[in-house]
Amino acid sequence: MTQDLVSVTIDGVTLQVPKGTSIIEAAKQAGVLVPHYCYHPALPSPAVCRMCLVEVEKAPKLMPACVTTVVEGQVVHTDSAEARRARTAVLEFLLINHPLDCPICDQAGECELQDYVFQEGRGGSRYGDYAKRYNPVEEFGPDVLYVPNRCILCTRCVRFMEDVAGSPVLNVSERGDRAYIGIDPGQLLDHPWAGNVVDLCPVGSLISRDFLHKARAWELDKTASVCSGCSQGCNTMIDTRDNTVVRLRPRPNLEVNRHFMCDHGRMHYRWMNRGDRIEAPLVREGERHHATDWDHALQRLGALLGSARRVVLLASGAASVESLGLLRRATRKATVTAAVQIPMAEDPDQPLAGVPNLALRRERAPNGAGARLLGYTAGWDEALNAAAAAEVVVLLDVALTEAEARQVGATAHLILMGTHEGQVLGSAELVLPVTNTAEEGGCFVNRDARVQRYQQARQAPGMARPAWWVAAGAGGGDAATAAEAFDLVARDVAALAGLRHADLGLTGRIAGAAAPAGAGA
Amino acid sequence: MSGTATPGAVHHQPYRPVFVGEGRTALEALFPHYPTRQACLLPALWLVQEARGWIAPEAIGEVATVLGLTPAYVRGVVTFYTMYHTHPVGRHFIQVCTTTPCSICGAEEVVRALLQHTGCGELGATSPDGRFTVIEVECLGACGFATPLLIDDDFIEGVTPERVAGILQGYK
Amino acid sequence: MGYPHPSHPLERPLLSRHFGDAGARSFDGWVKRGGYQGLKKALGMTRAQVIEEVTNSGLRGRGGAGFPTGLKWSFMPREVTRPHYLVCNADESEPGTFKDREIIRWTPHQLLEGCVVAAHAIGAERIYIYIRGEFTTEYRILKTAVAEAYHGGVLGANVFGSGQRIDVVVHRGAGAYICGEETAMMNSLEGRRGNPRIKPPFPAQAGLWACPTTVNNVETLAAAAHIVREGAAWHKALCRGNPRSTGTKLFSVCGHVQRPGNYEVVMGTPMKDLIFEMCGGMPMGRRLKAVIPGGSSVPIMNAAEVEDCLLDYEGIVARGSMLGSGGMIVMDDSTDLVYQVMRLARFYAHESCAQCTQCREGTAWTVRILERILAGKGRREDLDLLLDLADNMTGKTICVLSDSCAAPVVSAIRKFPEEFEAYLSRSRAPVTVAV
Ligand SMILES: Cc1cc2nc3c(=O)[nH]c(=O)nc-3n(C[C@H](O)[C@H](O)[C@H](O)COP(=O)(O)O)c2cc1C
Ligand code: SF4
Ligand code: SF4
Ligand code: FES
Repeated sequence: MTQDLVSVTIDGVTLQVPKGTSIIEAAKQAGVLVPHYCYHPALPSPAVCRMCLVEVEKAPKLMPACVTTVVEGQVVHTDSAEARRARTAVLEFLLINHPLDCPICDQAGECELQDYVFQEGRGGSRYGDYAKRYNPVEEFGPDVLYVPNRCILCTRCVRFMEDVAGSPVLNVSERGDRAYIGIDPGQLLDHPWAGNVVDLCPVGSLISRDFLHKARAWELDKTASVCSGCSQGCNTMIDTRDNTVVRLRPRPNLEVNRHFMCDHGRMHYRWMNRGDRIEAPLVREGERHHATDWDHALQRLGALLGSARRVVLLASGAASVESLGLLRRATRKATVTAAVQIPMAEDPDQPLAGVPNLALRRERAPNGAGARLLGYTAGWDEALNAAAAAEVVVLLDVALTEAEARQVGATAHLILMGTHEGQVLGSAELVLPVTNTAEEGGCFVNRDARVQRYQQARQAPGMARPAWWVAAGAGGGDAATAAEAFDLVARDVAALAGLRHADLGLTGRIAGAAAPAGAGA
Repeated sequence: MSGTATPGAVHHQPYRPVFVGEGRTALEALFPHYPTRQACLLPALWLVQEARGWIAPEAIGEVATVLGLTPAYVRGVVTFYTMYHTHPVGRHFIQVCTTTPCSICGAEEVVRALLQHTGCGELGATSPDGRFTVIEVECLGACGFATPLLIDDDFIEGVTPERVAGILQGYK
Repeated sequence: MGYPHPSHPLERPLLSRHFGDAGARSFDGWVKRGGYQGLKKALGMTRAQVIEEVTNSGLRGRGGAGFPTGLKWSFMPREVTRPHYLVCNADESEPGTFKDREIIRWTPHQLLEGCVVAAHAIGAERIYIYIRGEFTTEYRILKTAVAEAYHGGVLGANVFGSGQRIDVVVHRGAGAYICGEETAMMNSLEGRRGNPRIKPPFPAQAGLWACPTTVNNVETLAAAAHIVREGAAWHKALCRGNPRSTGTKLFSVCGHVQRPGNYEVVMGTPMKDLIFEMCGGMPMGRRLKAVIPGGSSVPIMNAAEVEDCLLDYEGIVARGSMLGSGGMIVMDDSTDLVYQVMRLARFYAHESCAQCTQCREGTAWTVRILERILAGKGRREDLDLLLDLADNMTGKTICVLSDSCAAPVVSAIRKFPEEFEAYLSRSRAPVTVAV
């Protein structure tokens, strides 16, 4: 692909960028962050905050870096005295009506106003003792609160709802310094993707009720993950505090979710913190389960899986590629009927209008596509029916109805790999505690065959281990890490051939051929 | 959307839609003049204000519906323009210019006379008899004829405090 | 002519010739007075010829920026592949300016003639006349004139039998000074908030509905018809020595003069002649203190600068201000300049569209500081602060409304420091802001 390139010099770094690139994006490539508020790469640029003014040689005045495109030979200074002075002035203007309530503001610590004021704001305010503009907090929607006094009128929220969500329920009302962000009294900010306005807001003006006063930004640990809310596979960041997941936020992936995630996915995290966990391997002796150690448990499991001729695998659609794959390897000598459990929503897909191929999908599990690649292709009922004739049935983190539980209960050897006590069945011969998504590293394959990694965000409870580790120990293969487990699995599966864990990066890779029979069921 | 009472509505009668019958005809007469429905927004809002005297929340809903916009969008536009009333006003709406050219010619005195003779007491308030609302506006574009007033649609030039009482008599 | 006063010998009434003459308002009346001859001639010329004529005439925009009109028209694409639009800027809201209103009020057909000439030149089939909402009388007059013009064959499917289609739509504003800025006007016409747009793209590339668009002031368009009728050379000769400023210009004079009104003079006429001869000077016993010559958005001039100032684009710049819209606010020695500067700042604070940070916050802050000075609570640092804010508000925003607020403030502090000093030293009684 040939593309017109132009050569520009930004703060002394000369680089080539495609024609039409804005100075702000070119600067990013030169390793320079031009401070900005209204600009956001996923939204149209209105150039209103005027924070990104930079000096361009030969231009008569400072230019907004967000909408000024590069031209050949251009020389840009983002940090000249004049540019800095203009930024300091914008910050001072933005603060004159600001309540300066950082100590009680949820945004503190991740606020772009706070950050820039700290970097290059004035020492004291020259505004003096004039009264500040005051407007009460408003409820925009079920989860979003608007704190107008902190608003810097960057209009990101309005543009998101209008241009990206295609549902213009927010507006700029009034004009001059009376302006504020308004909502129609008869409407709510309850669009399925509305929560993104909270992330987009560069200050603490739009806040999430769910996260309200839960944690201070600097206490949070952040882990790259993938949303398990549906088969779209939006890239996320899990924020934890003291080993508790307190918030999910979107992580940019231009191929999958740009900068967004839906509200269903965003709220889909409480289960990660569940308290009623299975903490140790259990073996059944008579009518009761007794705790044991992993050596013993794995030995029993290995013996069962190694000798069985008919095996049924019933797995959760949120189980990782590694776990599903190594379970297949551990049972490779048997005839296996494998099925994956995927909750289906009644509502149709809920798209984000402005982003192609992005929607909250009906398939409400993250790894259905991965499971199918790995041969978990039997129908759910078909697999349940096969249970009667199987010697071994393995349940991997599934939720069974009472009838289903009775159906598998009659199996000779029932093995349960579970995350919480509610899943334990009295007839299970082995109960093996496994980690949930937040507690392990692994991969999911999204509906477009993109293989994406997620990382461990919190410690596993008790003796719980990733299911791949359990499967590996029971004859699945030699893997001490998720990476090794993945590479082992990929070797066997045509669609994953050639993919190595190390190459997946944090934005994933597309699996080669989408051949569901690749695992050779 | 039209016809449903929105919380916070100031009046209690059921909402009467503007764009039915003749109102509808007037609206549709606008369409050929603009390539988009959205562009009919300002003229449509004028039609509402001419018919009802102000632009009620329900009217915002009605305008949004007939032009294929959202109420929030329409509200953002309505509040940008100072001539659209988002609250009911007196029977006669008086706008008086006090920008510099008129100010140096004594516009503030005219304002005082207006507030006194209308009984409004303060700017923006409606007189107890519901007859007048007086507001101060920025330059009316008649600076050589200080001080100009706009009473409803009547543009009156060269107003002095002495003339105020006489002028008001023409508005019952 | 200096409507509402009789024409003064120092004037050269061309556009204003029929001000006060109610008979000129109708289609027939206008034709009887020689109207629509310019248009007839234009229709016999090619687009390029009309543009060339206007270019050679030296006509510059009368709306404020003084951009050469012919050059602006030449930016419109030669090939008409999408609709082209002409927008006539009749928003006239710049404090001190009231000339366009008079053109519409007395000679609406003079404006329509100019509009159609321009539309022909730029290949536009549709003209929007954007008139400010407060001009209720002029709106009615214009609507009537448009109906007459359709009836008379000047507008419609076949303009004067030329086979060309040209339509006019009169569009009412609703109270927003900023809609006089051409890109804000386009947003307003499209049914949006009147927010100025970022340039580029320029209107000739992507204006109304992203189509090529030209925006011209009422007076500019009215003058264009005369130019086509009389020829470029005639217009160029209307000049008093400065070839870059040609033609006549309407000056709206208001404030402290004996005879406020609209005066039409040849470019280059001394400002003193206008103020003291034509307008009759200050009220009895008063002396000139200051003039804001180009609508309120330009620097204030002191009496010394007025003394030898020539009324043309370059002449006023040479004396520290700008010609702008030609709205002159004259202030005598009774004027409290601090109060009036506050009043102007309040105008801009009220009218800021709220997009740009510096403008939204800076205009309002400026007002508060000035009010405090007026209240006798000013501090000496306030003047430096005002100057610094003004600097931060200049050249940094999408449109120049922000700069316009700064200009009078800076010039008043620089040229009339004693006015501020009187409040700061408490030697002048504090003023509480009346309304
Ligand atoms: C804040 C602002 C207000 C303006 N108001 C007016 C106005 O009321 N009338 C006008 O003709 N031009 C106004 N202008 C200038 C227009 O943007 C534009 O330059 C003009 O209409 C072009 O016409 P011309 O070339 O014929 O002068 C304004 C500009 C600014 C920045
Ligand atoms: S609420 Fe936040 S995102 Fe919206 S305009 Fe204000 S600062 Fe910007
Ligand atoms: S300078 Fe002021 S009026 Fe102009 S675009 Fe910016 S905020 Fe709006
Ligand atoms: S980021 Fe460029 S003006 Fe806001």
